[in-house]
Amino acid sequence: MFFVFRLIAKGKLREEYSFVWIACTVLLLLFSVWRNGLDVIAKMLGVYYAPALVFMTAIFAIIVFLVHLSVVNSKQHDQIKILTQELAMLKKKIEEQENNNNL
Amino acid sequence: MTKCEKETEMSNKLKVAIIVPCYNEEDNVLKLYNEIKCTSFSLNIDVVPIFINDCSTDNTKIILSSNRIPHIDLPVNLGIGGAVQTGFKYAYKNNFDIAIQMDGDGQHPPSELEKIITPFVNTKIDVVIGSRYIEKEGFQSTFMRRLGINYFKWLNRTLIGIKIFDSTSGYRAINRRGLEIVANYYPDEYPEPESIILYTLNGLTISEVPVTMRERQGGESSIRSYKTVYYMFKVTIGIIFLFIRLKFNGKRHTI
Repeated sequence: MFFVFRLIAKGKLREEYSFVWIACTVLLLLFSVWRNGLDVIAKMLGVYYAPALVFMTAIFAIIVFLVHLSVVNSKQHDQIKILTQELAMLKKKIEEQENNNNL
Repeated sequence: MTKCEKETEMSNKLKVAIIVPCYNEEDNVLKLYNEIKCTSFSLNIDVVPIFINDCSTDNTKIILSSNRIPHIDLPVNLGIGGAVQTGFKYAYKNNFDIAIQMDGDGQHPPSELEKIITPFVNTKIDVVIGSRYIEKEGFQSTFMRRLGINYFKWLNRTLIGIKIFDSTSGYRAINRRGLEIVANYYPDEYPEPESIILYTLNGLTISEVPVTMRERQGGESSIRSYKTVYYMFKVTIGIIFLFIRLKFNGKRHTI
């Protein structure tokens, strides 16, 4: 948790992503304090082997997060494309103007 | 008075941009540029070639600038779709009436340009595709590629009910109405088959004219054997989702 906070403080991690990580660390802290909690929840959900519940939720969360990252990645891909095109056209325009000035 | 006459004459003349995307085409660009420059037209048009250098790793950039060929340098490699779209955006911003897309590898002979431009002058057509399969002349491509093209022909017919003979042809032209659409959204990697769906669902009329193509003069095709499967898969997915998006979001195309 300390590590995540330090990353945010240093500005290396954007706040919107840090939300997920903070939630993870809070959960971890919660279950390390409340030892029996896992068994209680597993019983409630009818899961016989408590650690399996941990794996299941973890894998589910990871998959959801991966899909989210793919969406972010696609969006950035489009943004980079637009920026590149604008930049290239601006460069062309500047070049044309410089040529005109030289004539 | 004289100035006025000059202006009307200018506006009557169609401004045609020839967009040539090139990636590592150092052997072809100069030859192609000279060929375009030497092509004469009987139509009343003003043809401006514009090369799009898609961040080539060879000497393409040096050849383009040392020969004073009009070009746009992309600082990042965008792939064929992004490169062509750059050209479309440029043509749209600079008030061109027609933009023609032409491969940089010399497969598309400039002598066929007139055939592609003519339909715009005579009829109300938004998109013209130069097809090598209507009249089976010239270079006919490999068996595998023809198989793929037949598949796209079938896919297009089932989805939008029109028959396009050569949907993978990269030798095509669009008018201002089309430019407005493709400046906003254009498929990324293998844009040719997908863009046909894009045009049709946006209400553009497409026409095909027979052209003769040559075998590539040098360089490599963007579709190599081991990539064929990926190509088919990607384009199929692209076509289907583009179709769904355009069909159910009305005529909007927000990306």
